[in-house]
Amino acid sequence: MAFELPTLPYAHNALEPHIDTKTMEIHHGKHHQAYVTNLNNAIAGSDAEKLSIEDICKNISKYPAPVRNNGGGHFNHSLFWKVMAPNAGGNPTGDLAAAIDSAFGSLDTLKTQLNTAGTTRFGSGWAWLIVQNGKLAVCSTPNQDNPLMDIAEVKGTPILGIDVWEHAYYLHYQNRRPDYLAAFWNVVNWNQVAENLKNAK
Amino acid sequence: MTNDRRGFLKKSAAFTLGAVAAQALGSANLNELEHISESIQQLSAEAAIFTLPELPYAYEALEPIIDKQTMEIHHSRHHKAYVDNLNKALDGKNNTRSIEDILSTVSKEDKAVRNNGGGHYNHSLFWMLMKPNPENKTNPATGKIAEAINSSFGSFDEFKKQFSEAGMKRFGSGWAWLYAENKKLKIGSTPNQDNPLMDNAEIKGAPLLALDVWEHAYYLKHQNKRADYVNNWWALVNWDKVNEFYEKV
Repeated sequence: MAFELPTLPYAHNALEPHIDTKTMEIHHGKHHQAYVTNLNNAIAGSDAEKLSIEDICKNISKYPAPVRNNGGGHFNHSLFWKVMAPNAGGNPTGDLAAAIDSAFGSLDTLKTQLNTAGTTRFGSGWAWLIVQNGKLAVCSTPNQDNPLMDIAEVKGTPILGIDVWEHAYYLHYQNRRPDYLAAFWNVVNWNQVAENLKNAK
Repeated sequence: MTNDRRGFLKKSAAFTLGAVAAQALGSANLNELEHISESIQQLSAEAAIFTLPELPYAYEALEPIIDKQTMEIHHSRHHKAYVDNLNKALDGKNNTRSIEDILSTVSKEDKAVRNNGGGHYNHSLFWMLMKPNPENKTNPATGKIAEAINSSFGSFDEFKKQFSEAGMKRFGSGWAWLYAENKKLKIGSTPNQDNPLMDNAEIKGAPLLALDVWEHAYYLKHQNKRADYVNNWWALVNWDKVNEFYEKV
């Protein structure tokens, strides 16, 4: 069964003014679509066609580079669209809030750590909030790698991912990656992150 | 005194020293003077400071192939940040080495030196390797490098195809290169701001032609269509400069 581009859970303009319409259109309709198409081409006729994208990522060292790059691209972007929402932002509640406090001391500390992970990732990549041995942690990966992958430096279950490829922000923010990261917190969908945490445990 | 002014003075002083050095070497090449001035160190007690080289043309000069806004941000923001961060990374180390020399043993340095030193070297080269072509005329290789390309790759078209592919296949951020390894022409690519001068690079040799395939090099105009950027870029290649580098190997 071929992988498919998931529909965005909101309109392309729904994250304005923090993430602009054109960026969302190209990011979802062109970049993510290309990862899906290239992933399907890369696994055509192989056993990976029967696996979930998570299972492919967990055994990524067994596959050639196009599966790693495009499989990662598909998983990462699918998560990314869901952890953003219009009229979101604010503060997490419940178990997620408690887990953040226990791991980082405060929400502000978590945000600072994720911003730092994103700004110090040189070149293209992602900043992550993961569940590692039942506890929350922050890390980053290059290109389209992710913490599910058996080759990742830091492994865990991603519950929040922030894309820091230049294509995620360049039309609106150009070289100002820190401004994009600051704006991300206005669209972060804590409800989805909380659900991801529940599923990860 | 503002930092900009101080930077200018440092550059002027360095340029003068470069000119003297180049004269002593019997060279009258202006570009070479600039190159030397960039790398040359301050003689004062202060640590050596690298400076952002001026573009050899106006920001809009590469239109319609590379747009003015891209050039302006690429040079005055991205390249400037590499220079500033390189200086910061070397701060207190009393550096007296040229950028080429630093890169040749970069495996011994902090990651910040690798990333920003590479960024400074690569972009300095990239600006020199382009020249305006407002009418977008065909721009085949000329001189000795044209002959060497033909004998190494069969034809100019085959070379273009292989070099373009190197740029297209570099996943994420990086550079495509034509370089000389033991006087032999080769094509390759590097991730991020790595380059063939680095002792820890996958490909090693003397860079002759470089193409930036970071998204920031083309995203404002071409967005996800890297292929359009790569294909159009050939019209801008400054083959005189490529020949100049080739003659040194």
